[in-house]
Amino acid sequence: MSQINRLPGGQIDRNQTLNFTFDGKSYQGHAGDTLASALLANGVRLMGRSFKYHRPRGVLTAGSEEPNALVELREGARKEPNTRATTAELFGGLTARSQNKIGSLRFDLMAINDRFSNFLTAGFYYKTFMWPAAFWEKIYEPIIRNAAGLGSISLQDDPDAYDRGFLHCDLLIIGAGPAGLAAALTAGRARAQVILADEDFTLGGRLNSERLAFADQSGADWAAQTVAELASLPNVRIMARTTVLGAFDHGIFSALERVSDHLPQPAPGKPRQVLWRIYSKGSLLCAGATERPIAFENNDRPGIMLAGAMRSYANRWAVTPAQRVAVFTNNDDGHRTAADLHAKGVSIAAVIDVRPDAPQSQDYEVIKGGQVINSRGRLGLKSIEVVLPGGATRQLTCGALGVAGGWNPNVHLTSHHRGRPEWLPQIAAFGPPSQGPKTLRIAGAAKGELSTADALRGGADQAASWLGENGFSAAAVELPDAEDAPVSMTPFWAVKGCNRAWLDQQNDVTVKDVKLAHKENFVSVEHLKRYTTLGMATDQGKTSNMGGLAIMAELTGKAIPEVGTTIFRPPYTPTAIGAFAGRDRGTDFRPIRKTPSHAWAEEQGAVFVEVGLWLRAQWFAKAGETHWRQSVDREVRATRESVGICDVTTLGKIDVQGTDAATFLNKIYCNGFAKLAIGKTRYGLMLREDGIAMDDGTAARLAEDHFVVTTTTANAVSVFRHMEFARQCLWPDLDVQLISTTEAWAQYAVAGPNARRLLQKVVDPEFDLSNEAFPFMACANITVCGGLRARLFRISFSGELAYELAVPTRYADAMIRRLMQAGEEFEAVPYGTEALGVMRIEKGHAAGNELNGTTTALNLGMGRMVSKAKDSIGSTLSERSGLNQTDALKLVGLWPVNPANPVPAGSHLMAKGDPVDAAHSQGYVTSACFSPNLGHSISLAYVKSGDSRMGEILRLVSPLTGFDHEVEVVSAHFIDPKGERLRA
Amino acid sequence: MIINHPLLGPRDSAEFTYMGDAKLIDRPDWQAPEALAQFIDYGYMRDNPDGAHRELWYHEQGDRSFLVVTRDTTTHEIFAVELARDVARSRGQSR
Repeated sequence: MSQINRLPGGQIDRNQTLNFTFDGKSYQGHAGDTLASALLANGVRLMGRSFKYHRPRGVLTAGSEEPNALVELREGARKEPNTRATTAELFGGLTARSQNKIGSLRFDLMAINDRFSNFLTAGFYYKTFMWPAAFWEKIYEPIIRNAAGLGSISLQDDPDAYDRGFLHCDLLIIGAGPAGLAAALTAGRARAQVILADEDFTLGGRLNSERLAFADQSGADWAAQTVAELASLPNVRIMARTTVLGAFDHGIFSALERVSDHLPQPAPGKPRQVLWRIYSKGSLLCAGATERPIAFENNDRPGIMLAGAMRSYANRWAVTPAQRVAVFTNNDDGHRTAADLHAKGVSIAAVIDVRPDAPQSQDYEVIKGGQVINSRGRLGLKSIEVVLPGGATRQLTCGALGVAGGWNPNVHLTSHHRGRPEWLPQIAAFGPPSQGPKTLRIAGAAKGELSTADALRGGADQAASWLGENGFSAAAVELPDAEDAPVSMTPFWAVKGCNRAWLDQQNDVTVKDVKLAHKENFVSVEHLKRYTTLGMATDQGKTSNMGGLAIMAELTGKAIPEVGTTIFRPPYTPTAIGAFAGRDRGTDFRPIRKTPSHAWAEEQGAVFVEVGLWLRAQWFAKAGETHWRQSVDREVRATRESVGICDVTTLGKIDVQGTDAATFLNKIYCNGFAKLAIGKTRYGLMLREDGIAMDDGTAARLAEDHFVVTTTTANAVSVFRHMEFARQCLWPDLDVQLISTTEAWAQYAVAGPNARRLLQKVVDPEFDLSNEAFPFMACANITVCGGLRARLFRISFSGELAYELAVPTRYADAMIRRLMQAGEEFEAVPYGTEALGVMRIEKGHAAGNELNGTTTALNLGMGRMVSKAKDSIGSTLSERSGLNQTDALKLVGLWPVNPANPVPAGSHLMAKGDPVDAAHSQGYVTSACFSPNLGHSISLAYVKSGDSRMGEILRLVSPLTGFDHEVEVVSAHFIDPKGERLRA
Repeated sequence: MIINHPLLGPRDSAEFTYMGDAKLIDRPDWQAPEALAQFIDYGYMRDNPDGAHRELWYHEQGDRSFLVVTRDTTTHEIFAVELARDVARSRGQSR
């Protein structure tokens, strides 16, 4: 049995036979087939099971609007669930499997759900799984999760690459049917830069699906000839297999090009898909229309499909779903299907037309004023039951039924800017909103002009009009003569009295569900949609929304436009997450910034930590060290005893120059900078305008008009942004220029009692580093290693005698090696961010944990630094009473009463005897570490009135972990409180 | 969105960082008698217009200009783009 339902003609290449499998069984199709057309050709109507009731389902449509024929395509890591068989191009070796079944597709054990359909109605979950509450997590949710969804994913990494690209054009034409082709021809010949995008792999839209002829050639031939001309024009870019997903602001569209989906796997070096961002000056939507079904009892059996799709299969793919078919219609379009299939030798059981005045046929029976009221056939249609105008019923044997309920314009992109589709009474459908995207024009069926002649003329006219308005001279394009049949249809949505009549086949929403929602008082279409899930499946209700709205209108006694419609959002069709991610995945998700000593640090066995985008050495593990604390304690001790070196390049560096540089910094920092002497560095605290501490760092004055500002690593970008704001928006007339030099200069901290002696070995001898010549907080432009320009700052984060030496980045690797070499005689150690953190906590220096976005200068113990003698950002609002209460939090140190106990960050402090609750919290721990110098844990904490509670014993609690022990409030300066070391 | 930069021409909004209401330019005088109240208004009070809104956009991935963009919050239509420095000067900010 092979291709028993293949007809003559069509646009398939019969010389190319392709083997494929479905559910493990082998079949053959031809090049040009979709998986759906090839399965139909082989007599396969059953392609899947429905979502809720596990009803047998076949193909409903011939395009991307397909709700039913969703399969798992390919195998292994490339397996893709919920792929529409109607758009999957057939290739040799294709494998597909049906979804959402237990057991085989024919005998799905979950089909039992269909027997319980009375319970599985709208709102089933809300109503059923209410109680007992304890059942939810353990019983209900696992069952629901197991039952939810259709296909399954491979759980393997996607082996394919996805790209993102950018395109610019004068006119973007969306859809390459008659309207789109006529428009592209007009604009292409006028030399405009045109992009013509269509989701199909063969351009032409319904010209490929219809039998109609243009004078001496078929519509399909005219399409092919037009595409050939367009392809020869250098100013036209034809993008087949490209779905325009969304309309964004100012003429920007997103589009997905399926570069390799029609191949077994992408060619080497090629992406699977490309997500394009298209910048257009003008755009024209020629997306056509989607046919809609009519609801009747059991209208979801395999073999029941849209009449237009049936015609597509017959004319384009030379396939009929069965050897004997019937058509159920409310308009003339259904008769075309019967005529086309009859012409191909298919037996027509009857055309059932709801209109009493339906046109007659010489070739087959037309039942005027009849309705299909039921169907039979467990796994595929066997017969339909028809009620005649007099009330009598007839059984008609047929293997397929084409249903024609009229056409809905594909207005999706026109409502991406929240425009609501507007009712077009002449076709009983919603058309584009009058307030659509500003630069988007519409032509053809998407506009509600459903004839081919109107589409051709509309496309050409819209393009010509746009061209004329935008400075192009467009010549009229000669269009072929096409049939111009007036649309004759009688709106008819659902057979009277039907219940288990499907509206949304993918989400299993029936007429009965809409009736129930109405009965339960749902009025708004938005609520109806969410309660019943109508139109919420992956097809966004392309075939189902109108039916639901019509039923709701009938139930409420309103007209459809009064009931209104929901709107559409991007993407137009389901899109793989991988396409949005593009190349930004795994380690490429975001850039990695490496410090200039990175290679050297790797050689030294550094363990790295992510600090924002930076990788910084966290500690340098030596042979024999098995726990990070061993390395960190050693680094801290060696630094405090002799000398240690740390790469601090990641701290932000902002070069501030101009005659008003000092004035500017005086406004940026809350403390004074106007009078800072040349050759001096000062600690500076920056406040936000609301008085909260923003960042801290140092500013070194290298010349009258030149400062170097440092920021914390985390705030390097935001401080620079803040300073640019102040410079341009607040004080535009100050003569000051900013530039970030974070990456231009590498900077090393050299800290410890031997820091000076080490540096003297690399700094050129003409620079005197003695305490008198270069005291604490000095700064200078110097040279090192025999003439290399460098900057030296005598600043200390560790609390030791310390310097920071900056050299141009390209010398950084050589510099660290030279420093370590010079330090050998002092047993200098490199230290990482952990040791850096331990030493700053021991010294009581605030860092990000303390400048946490809720704390003020007062909290930090720097209240008096905020100058009242000048205007600086944050100075006024830091005086608010709420920020200056007498029991304000103050930064203090803590140590455990029992030295064996840790003092973990995040714990809260309670007065002894107080209840343990938030209302009685006396403060909280911000930073904690083990101090190798003190031999026990220490921490920094904010404590209410902490500065006046020295020596008090508090309870340190963490209700989350059950932690509760006593700590003593001490000065935050655990090491060298008088600062003698750093001034040595 | 496309922002028509006064110096660089049309640029994708992805190059910019949104920086809020352009009223942030009107920083009060710290020595005014009602300075504290004025700063509280300046810091916390914002209009939330349904329509034209003047807002700051920072060309962070570009030339670092702060721009004042007049934009419709419902349609995203942009009516005017100015250099914030020029706007600040015209509103009396200097040094």
